[in-house]
Amino acid sequence: MKFGKLLTSAVLALGLAGGAAFAQDKTKVGFVYVGPVGDGGWTYEHDQGRKAVEEAFGDAVETVYVENVAEGPDSERVMTQMALDGADLIFTTSFGYMDPTINVAAKFPNVKFEHATGYKRADNVSTYSARFYEGRAVQGHIAGKMTKSNIVGYIASFPIPEVIRGINSAYLHASKVNPDVEFKIIWVYTWFDPAKEADAAKALIEQGADVVLQHTDSTAPQAAAAEAGGVVTFGQASDMAEYGPFPRVSSIIDNWAPYYVARTKAVMDGTWESVDTWDGIPTGMVEIGEITDAVPADVKEEALAMIEAMRTGAYHPFTGPINKQDGSAWLGEGETADDGTLAGMSFYIEGVDGEIPN
Amino acid sequence: MIRLEKRPQVSAFMSYATPVLAVLATFAAGGVLFYLLGKDPVQSIITIFYDPIFGEFSFYYRPQLLIKGAPLILIAIGLAMGFKAGIWNIGAEGQYIVGAICGAAAGLAFYPMEAVWIFPLMIAAGAFGGWLWAMIPAFLKVRFGTNEILVSLMLVYVAEQLLASMSLGLLKNPEGFGFPGSRNLQQYASAHNAEIVAGTGMHWGVVAALIAVIFAYVLLTRHRLGFAIRVTGEAPRAAHFAGVNAARLTFFCLGMSGLLAGLAGMFEVSGPAGQISIDFNVGYGFTAIIVAFLGRLHPIGIVLAGLLMALTYIGGDIAQSQLQLPAAAIQVFQGMLLFFLLAFDFFTNYRFRFGFRRAV
Amino acid sequence: MDLSAINPVLLIAAIISAATPVLLAAIGETVVEKSGVLNLGVEGMMIIGAVTGFIVAVNTGDPLIGFAMAAVGGAGLSLLFAFLTQVALANQVASGLALTLFGLGLSALMGQSYVGIKPPRMPDMPFGDLPNMPVIGPIVFGHDAIVYVGLLLVALTWAVLKFTRAGLILRAVGENHDAAHALGYKVKRIRTMAIMFGGACAGLGGAHISLIRVPQWTEGMTAGVGWIALALVVFASWKPWRVLLGAYLFGGISQLQLNLQGAGVAIPVEYLAMSPYIVTIVVLVILSADKSRAPASLGRTFHASG
Repeated sequence: MKFGKLLTSAVLALGLAGGAAFAQDKTKVGFVYVGPVGDGGWTYEHDQGRKAVEEAFGDAVETVYVENVAEGPDSERVMTQMALDGADLIFTTSFGYMDPTINVAAKFPNVKFEHATGYKRADNVSTYSARFYEGRAVQGHIAGKMTKSNIVGYIASFPIPEVIRGINSAYLHASKVNPDVEFKIIWVYTWFDPAKEADAAKALIEQGADVVLQHTDSTAPQAAAAEAGGVVTFGQASDMAEYGPFPRVSSIIDNWAPYYVARTKAVMDGTWESVDTWDGIPTGMVEIGEITDAVPADVKEEALAMIEAMRTGAYHPFTGPINKQDGSAWLGEGETADDGTLAGMSFYIEGVDGEIPN
Repeated sequence: MIRLEKRPQVSAFMSYATPVLAVLATFAAGGVLFYLLGKDPVQSIITIFYDPIFGEFSFYYRPQLLIKGAPLILIAIGLAMGFKAGIWNIGAEGQYIVGAICGAAAGLAFYPMEAVWIFPLMIAAGAFGGWLWAMIPAFLKVRFGTNEILVSLMLVYVAEQLLASMSLGLLKNPEGFGFPGSRNLQQYASAHNAEIVAGTGMHWGVVAALIAVIFAYVLLTRHRLGFAIRVTGEAPRAAHFAGVNAARLTFFCLGMSGLLAGLAGMFEVSGPAGQISIDFNVGYGFTAIIVAFLGRLHPIGIVLAGLLMALTYIGGDIAQSQLQLPAAAIQVFQGMLLFFLLAFDFFTNYRFRFGFRRAV
Repeated sequence: MDLSAINPVLLIAAIISAATPVLLAAIGETVVEKSGVLNLGVEGMMIIGAVTGFIVAVNTGDPLIGFAMAAVGGAGLSLLFAFLTQVALANQVASGLALTLFGLGLSALMGQSYVGIKPPRMPDMPFGDLPNMPVIGPIVFGHDAIVYVGLLLVALTWAVLKFTRAGLILRAVGENHDAAHALGYKVKRIRTMAIMFGGACAGLGGAHISLIRVPQWTEGMTAGVGWIALALVVFASWKPWRVLLGAYLFGGISQLQLNLQGAGVAIPVEYLAMSPYIVTIVVLVILSADKSRAPASLGRTFHASG
């Protein structure tokens, strides 16, 4: 790591030389985005978090961001550049930035890094992610209650643990309140392709689905449901309130703002430590968007009660007895899933039809 | 009266002057764009073009120019040979992907064994993968007369799906907790395309690009095959009478460009990128087409064009972060640069004549 | 697995609608290529059409004005390509790629403040109760106006190319520009007009995505449809009716795979997603035996010397 030393010593030298001139009183926070800030979904919500940091600390912070950064060497360069430019804290907001973040962090031991959705940490690298499956449990409950055809459509992106976890959580809670419910799952192999998402939603609706859940980021499925009429949807990643009160009856919102503000504060106070954060409803990282009046009052009440139980920690969405798809036991009576199994979940639970691709 | 006339010979002066003029025109038009977006135009252009090469942190950015430019140059060199002969390989992106998959697969097959022959084997596998993917359009063209532009372009989409399948299936890191993507080759010493001298950006892909440039230069200017390529491009019928074997030339040009694109993919996956993932490809194969034309299909021109494109990417990212220019503005700026370079090229081949045409 | 869940009537109707953007772009590009010009900037023109149409429709409240301006926007961007290739005589492949890059960036800049907005809804066609007829209703009468415009353009392009003097001249220019020039035709003017027609069609196709199919504006929302349109032109061997057939085939395979997944058929998704492209290659090979081939001057620069 000779080069790393060269870089850090250069930074230190600059810091010393320029200390007086630049007066390091501002905390500089960098954000690396995988999509454009105008995607209305994943990157948009991270950028809302960045704006919250600016709002919270005003002149005491300076935030910078680079959007549309390809995973791989480009992201490594952008992170290095931010560190060279004097960033104190850098948020890297895509799974594919994992190894580049670790590489760059090794070269800049004095800069703090925060990597979203990954599993590799270091002394100056924290990881953070949201328990979206808690929100899926609420959606599953509402879906199970509201479907008349007993067919729930699910637009899935890629067969990775995060998505599979969501399907399991939604199915579990839908089948709890409606044993006849059936999930139709379409894998679109993209996070964001409005036209394809619209087509998938239409295909599901034509096959009888009257509730459509999506694990992709565009509002195209909402529009398809609105056009078809009588189909329930949920906002994903951002609130998608423009499609409320119907078809969008609720949503899962990625609310990164509290975490970003807290971590920036920690850097300012000198209390920052490398941690692995997996937060959900209790801390507000996963927010449930307003449940509209299109949902029957009793269902809404049950949903709110479930949210409250998760907030206080009284209820875990994966509480046994739960069997795996092949019928083998996974969780015993009253047993809750451990984070390790959840993080790498690559199996369906009992009752879900079909196979996970690959 | 002003009229347009083809120069009897390409103007040597103009061929050097026009790129400079084009860049200056881009500064002017780009400056207006940045001004309209509420940014300081001079500062923006300095940040994009000057800072990476001469700025405070140029010790870091100069090597990055090589890392970003090498795959572009390597691919463009191969493409240029075909383009000169009128053989249009638009699918270098696909060949790049398949080269990377084959190269990475060859290395990962022996994980965790450490041996000196693993990396050379990966190079061979990467080259073979790219070559093989390019042989499909070549074979179909020679055997059935199928248009190679379309076949090679179609194969890009096939390769992208193959990449997704590999990242989620066969090549998925068994220790990756179910997440997509292969093992990181940077952490597998025998398969790692490391920098030859740390901090210089010189990895084996840069060396390969340099060799390819020299090879192409000699081939095109000194070798009989280079003559065959040029004559085929300029006058296919004459080439036929001169005894050029069109089928063999098709196989050579497509095969060569596929091989080089495959190598570029392999060096990228084993070095700067490190792993096969769903979004491994970032469009080098398509950008290289532009690089080939900006370099006027000449090896030295391609080196300059490749470095210029790399500079706009690197400088563009710096401008985004330092001046908060949107990524879209950088894209528009790059588009302008290409337009001006292409439009000004005109003056190397044509000139304006003042006065009336003599009666013939 | 439950194949009975797939309703063939609705599937066919969905294919017809989903194929419209690519059909429009491809029919425009067919005319461009028939005139001997290869414009690889279809994706760029489509997305400019998508954003222009969206902005205008939102501001005027009228999707039809949006579509009209989308065509103007696409044609406007194509003028840049026409200038580069016809006046400055730049290479067409490089110019087209640059056009796509420029269009993607420009559209993102233009659309910055239009993210998360719902566009006005397209008025229904005045068919009354016809769309409710069994089978024929959804397939024939269940669409928006642009679907019919697309079909009309296919028929019109076919008729003009085949039966009119204008079509003859266009084809002559594409086959042999020197001969056409010698006969006194204005090669560059004809090609510029063809390029603008291509741009307008691509713009319409883009707007169909942003105003009807999705409908919303987001950066990069055309997601590669322009490239598929390019493939389609060659797939169709430059024949308008085959463009239509190809668009339905392409749209059909992707719609069918979504429907099969929904019905619970265990299919390897990546391999099915590859299939339209592999089918195209196979068709290309079969067509190579056919007499139909590319316009002879395709992609070559024309300059009237002497």
